[in-house]
Amino acid sequence: MIGYIFKRILQALPVFFGTTLLIYFMVFAMPGDPIVAMFGDRGVNQAVYEQLRAQYHLDQPFIVQYFIYIGGIFQGDFGTSFSGQPVSEVLAATFPVTIRLALMAVFFEMLVGVGVGLVAGLRKGKLFDNSSLVMSLLLISTPVFVIAFVFQFVFAIQLGWAKPTVSGDAGFTELLLPAIVLSTLAVAYIVRLTRSSVIETSGQDFVRTAYGKGLTRSRVVRVHILRNSLIPVVTYLSIDFGVLLVGATVTEGIFNVPGVGRTLYQAIIRGEGPTVVSFVTVMVLIYVAVNLLTDLLYAVLDPRIRYGK
Amino acid sequence: MRLKKLSLVAVAIAAAVSLSLTGCATGSNGGNDNIVSVNGSEPQNPLITTNTNEVGGGLIVDNIYAGLVYYDADGAPVNEMAESITSTDNTNWTIKIKSGWKFTNGEEVTADSFVNAWKYGALFSNAQLNSYFFDAIEGFSYEKDTELTGLKVVSPTEFTVKLTSAQSDFPLRLGYTSFMPQPQAFFDDPKAFGENPIGNGPYKLAAEGAWKHNVDINLVKNPDYQGGRVAKNGGLKIVFYATLDAAYADLLADNLDVLAGIPDAALKTYKSDLGDRAVDQAAAIFQSITIPGRLAHFSGEEGKLRRAAISEAINRQEIIDVIFNGTRKPARDFTSPVIAGWSDSLEGANVLDYNAEDAKALWAKADAISKWSGKFEIGYNADGGHQGWIDAVANSIKNTLGIDAAGKAYPTFAEFRTDITDKTITAGFRTGWQADYPALANFLAPLYQTGAGANDGQYSSKEFDALIAKGNAATSLEDANKAYQDAQVVLLKDLPAIPMWYGVANGGYSTKVSDVKVGWNSVPVLHNIVKN
Repeated sequence: MIGYIFKRILQALPVFFGTTLLIYFMVFAMPGDPIVAMFGDRGVNQAVYEQLRAQYHLDQPFIVQYFIYIGGIFQGDFGTSFSGQPVSEVLAATFPVTIRLALMAVFFEMLVGVGVGLVAGLRKGKLFDNSSLVMSLLLISTPVFVIAFVFQFVFAIQLGWAKPTVSGDAGFTELLLPAIVLSTLAVAYIVRLTRSSVIETSGQDFVRTAYGKGLTRSRVVRVHILRNSLIPVVTYLSIDFGVLLVGATVTEGIFNVPGVGRTLYQAIIRGEGPTVVSFVTVMVLIYVAVNLLTDLLYAVLDPRIRYGK
Repeated sequence: MRLKKLSLVAVAIAAAVSLSLTGCATGSNGGNDNIVSVNGSEPQNPLITTNTNEVGGGLIVDNIYAGLVYYDADGAPVNEMAESITSTDNTNWTIKIKSGWKFTNGEEVTADSFVNAWKYGALFSNAQLNSYFFDAIEGFSYEKDTELTGLKVVSPTEFTVKLTSAQSDFPLRLGYTSFMPQPQAFFDDPKAFGENPIGNGPYKLAAEGAWKHNVDINLVKNPDYQGGRVAKNGGLKIVFYATLDAAYADLLADNLDVLAGIPDAALKTYKSDLGDRAVDQAAAIFQSITIPGRLAHFSGEEGKLRRAAISEAINRQEIIDVIFNGTRKPARDFTSPVIAGWSDSLEGANVLDYNAEDAKALWAKADAISKWSGKFEIGYNADGGHQGWIDAVANSIKNTLGIDAAGKAYPTFAEFRTDITDKTITAGFRTGWQADYPALANFLAPLYQTGAGANDGQYSSKEFDALIAKGNAATSLEDANKAYQDAQVVLLKDLPAIPMWYGVANGGYSTKVSDVKVGWNSVPVLHNIVKN
């Protein structure tokens, strides 16, 4: 088990170097000069321009820039943003917000998705099943920004149940609305996934055996059906958790959540190489970690899966 | 057994993580009810007066610093720290300042506070974005570190400025961010200072670290402020929004007090949404399309004819009505109606009227010189919401002149500006100007003077340059403006940029505040706002 984890972490090293190099190159190759953009419509002052380029190492060849950056990382220095803030501080300020948001969204996904999916699967073909299918189809086919704007308008502006945007504290109650919006699409998928998985498991021999042994229905559902149906759902959830950590740009923008998506988007627009690469690097590490955790969870859910020593 | 343990561990870890993440989330909101919240954007640079050139940082800096003059809501300069600013020849200026002013750290504001701040801003190796504001002062250099010999401290309350040439609008410039004084703490450690600036203005930072990056900045009233901008509220909370849409949603829910700007999606409805809390007034913003003379068919006499033809081929009012819901004013000159001296009836201004017949005739005349071929394109950055009007303008040109015309999108502002400053752009392109200070010359000299910083079309006219110099040397504002108007008549003939329209400042405010007015520079006059 420990050896397996160690091996996986070793595998993450080339992934780390590969992605940072790739992302750094993409930011480097991005057309347009961020220093020129700093001058706005004002016209460029050549002397100031040269000095700023040197300050951000933009006058160096690509590979030198990259090694300056990587060298800094190993000393705990992720560079500075154009507004003079260390990127490590930007990371520390934004990631907790987004992780909190993603955890809340995943929690809703599990609660609603698995719950509804389980009931629908057990009552295949009944009214609840059919209406949940229709609802999930509706959610899947609605773009997330439409849901976000509608929720914001109805619940925050019309009904006044929540604030339309999230403040700097990004507290639990404030994040409720964006978290629900973020979870909607995945909820729809998880309902369908759980439902079909439950239907399939229900027909298995061991379920009939369990009933045959005289176990109560609730115990069969809990221990035998649900647990065995969860493997595909867990896979989906973990991938979705990764996606939520990196891809909530639209929702974070609409609700003004001071999280990763919004900050990264602005950094890309401004061409802030160190900020963009640092964010993506941390994202890659999170992805690797989440993937590892998922693989370990399989073993928890399915006794047949074992990892070598 | 082993699995049970592992699952327990997993649950424990998950619980610990979620607790630690949500646990720290309960914070306070300040609780002071006399604080006015207003939308802003994350400053793109540290908060240093000579290095702040965009609206996000400008909004903050202008409220925490007091300069020699400030601009009232109509754009007229009012002495703030200045006792007097005098000159007999527009070249040698004597500036006397009021005594007894203090920075919010207790340090006295003296002539040295101004002179040292300006010297810092001008010094080559400090690489300040606003250094060009000092280039008229004697001793300034774009090439190496030099002493600003034009600045001399006479006494703690008096200093003199010697310019390299006569500049009649010099006093008008002094309210701009670049000309603010700085305390000693700034020079000791500019970098740290930029995070926690110390000023002498109507507001000050609420505390060390009041600037929460990408979130907001909290300012409180400066009780020691003695100028004409005394705050009528307890402080400001400037909230950084990623989009205007989010800010607008907050305004509708009374969760934001003052909003400068209205998102495109709400332009049709904001007046009915907000009623008399909607703000809509003229702004010192000028938009144009520049066609560089180096493009084929756009040089010399042929170029003049083609530019005039294109200008007359654009139905400005119709585009404004359709694309902007009437929230712009068709341009009549190269400046803005909010600036003193503006005129809507300059000689030759009829080239800005839509006139399809004349446009075709002018185009045909140009064709007689050299036959047109190819496609006319207008470059723009796609990340700034310009596509709608650019496409409409291109269509207007296409339909009137019967040539192939289209917009040319650049994905980002950076790419767009890089192509323009490198002079590699092979099309016309959108240009815009928001005044730094309320003067006609600020719309003209930086954009069209030979070799000027923002002269994106590399326009050069001896006649124009001479008239600007004449205006700069004039001893009265009337004489100066007369010369600047004459200079504009030259521009109307050459059309180095084709004027499109003037921007409008729109916005709104919540039910919790009153006395909201938007200033000449489209920024709300924040110190006057009263919280109900």
